Amino acid sequence: MSDTVLSVRNISKSFGGIRAVNDVSFEVGKGEVLGLIGPNGSGKSTLFNCVLGQLRPDQGEVHVNGKPVAGMRACDLNRLGVGRTFQQLSVFPEMTVLDNIILAGQEHKGTMWSRLFGSADAGLSGEADRLIEFFRLRHLRQEKAGSLSYGQQKLLDAAMAFMAGPDLVLLDEPAGGVNLTMLGNLKERLQTYNRDHGTTFVVIEHNMEFVMSLCTRVIVLAEGSIIAEGSPEEVRSNQQVIDAYLGG
Amino acid sequence: MAIIPKWAFILVGIVLLVLAPIGQGNYVALILCSWLMYTIAAMGLNLTLGYAGQISLAQGSFMAIGAYITALLTLSGVHWLVAMPLAVLGCFIVGLLVGFPALRVKGHFLAFVTLAFNTLVVLVLRNEDWLTGGSYGKSNMPRPDFWLFNTGTKSTFLSIPLSSNQKMYYLCLAVFIVFALLMYGLIRSPWGRAFKGLRENPIRAESLGLDTRRLTLLAFAIGSAAGGLAGALVSPVVQYIEPNSFALQHSLRILLMVVVGGSGFFFGPMLGAAVVILLPEFLRFTEGYYLIIYSGLVIVLMVYSPSGLMGVGSRIVAAVRPKRVARTDMKEGAQL
Ligand SMILES: Nc1ncnc2c1ncn2[C@@H]1O[C@H](COP(=O)(O)OP(=O)(O)OP(=O)(O)O)[C@@H](O)[C@H]1O
Ligand SMILES: [Mg+2]
Repeated sequence: MSDTVLSVRNISKSFGGIRAVNDVSFEVGKGEVLGLIGPNGSGKSTLFNCVLGQLRPDQGEVHVNGKPVAGMRACDLNRLGVGRTFQQLSVFPEMTVLDNIILAGQEHKGTMWSRLFGSADAGLSGEADRLIEFFRLRHLRQEKAGSLSYGQQKLLDAAMAFMAGPDLVLLDEPAGGVNLTMLGNLKERLQTYNRDHGTTFVVIEHNMEFVMSLCTRVIVLAEGSIIAEGSPEEVRSNQQVIDAYLGG
Repeated sequence: MAIIPKWAFILVGIVLLVLAPIGQGNYVALILCSWLMYTIAAMGLNLTLGYAGQISLAQGSFMAIGAYITALLTLSGVHWLVAMPLAVLGCFIVGLLVGFPALRVKGHFLAFVTLAFNTLVVLVLRNEDWLTGGSYGKSNMPRPDFWLFNTGTKSTFLSIPLSSNQKMYYLCLAVFIVFALLMYGLIRSPWGRAFKGLRENPIRAESLGLDTRRLTLLAFAIGSAAGGLAGALVSPVVQYIEPNSFALQHSLRILLMVVVGGSGFFFGPMLGAAVVILLPEFLRFTEGYYLIIYSGLVIVLMVYSPSGLMGVGSRIVAAVRPKRVARTDMKEGAQL
């Protein structure tokens, strides 16, 4: 498949005696929205961190747009067009919302020297404002990120992953703590990006409604291994998944 | 505050700084020089610690390296204008090397590594007599003489008599103003934002494409270069340097300046250096009690305003103009 954006092959990762991720392989095609679900502690976040260079997997290979990225630093991976969020809220609390957003994009703009001698906003104010508008954070533009509510910070956190115009975005529980209206809003934002920019997504989420209505394909992880894979409907009716995760 | 623009404050400040030593004796001029030199060193540490979040207890040793490079060069006939940039460059390179441990260790451990480096520098200065003059140090460094700054002799300017020390002060002031402008440009630039990102959330910063290793090294190198610049002024101002003038206690003093002034605030180090250097002079009349009063004040300040004097200031502003502050009910930071 020539339009495979992300390919994960035989990834395993253990912490001491715990095999958090056990020989996981999957591929994500361009423009896909892949859901990654599974019980708490099934290894979803660990898998993300292995893919994104935050953790070094014990074995396995990861390719982004056909390029091997094993052992690559997170910053280099980001420059290849991969954006991400963390499960824990991860913003820059003492900086304004605007500065958070600009910081998220500035490494992709100009050179090291143009960032030192050029304009203070790296020429990103306009783009940052559009993104802030897009995520409906306009009224909070000049507030310190750390003073926002949890849900607002969660939106900012997600917004930052988009600033550099990534091809591939991995989101770890973007809906946690976000209210229903905002959730609908967030889903709409992701779908807009997916449609207009062809952005590929991998989303970890426990909110089934969110996953089922957003994703084109779902992978179910349990105890570090993939137990099911398919369309939202297929996964929902899979007996093994119901037993392990969804419950009857 | 918005009615009076910021630049007006700065302009008034500069005028006051220019007038400060006029009509005062040699001693006052030297104290003011010392305040400006320490401010430069503290502003450098403020970049490393306050903005980039990397603790260093070695800033005194960079002043030492800068001062010795300048002393050795100027004593052998090199012009100060050539010696000074070499001192800055030397400290930039050594600072870069000292930054490497910071890639592996953080917090208290990094503090110990830098502390050990400071001790190492003092030992080298003491033991390598052939180069550094050992415990006797170096003395009689010539004062710079160029353009308006013929600091070696006394003269009159616009019929105001100026002593050599007063003219040395004006050189320090000129260097300080240029340095502060450069620093301000750096802090405002995307680099400054990146340094703050490194301080606040290095893991997220890295995932946003910021090369946190390079940033850490640069934070050390630039901060240390500022220490070197301060050292390049110490040499001609004091005209006598020896290893003990740069021992650990001086690094701790510079750290105190940053913390008391307000770490991560641009003007914090100026204020902090004023408190650490000028306050003891004002408290002189209390004789033996000055250290007790001084330490007491610092403890009270740190308990009530961990963000230093600038923190007190911004609290007063916030009381007048309410502003949102970072909340404490959410623990930030990416934990994998
Ligand atoms: N740094 C670590 N050190 C030791 N064990 C870890 C570490 N990170 C994860 N684990 C273990 O690996 C397993 C998988 O954790 P992971 O965070 O990947 O789960 P998850 O699927 O993301 O769960 P959740 O839905 O609760 O976020 C858990 O048993 C966890 O205890
Ligand atoms: Mg998780």
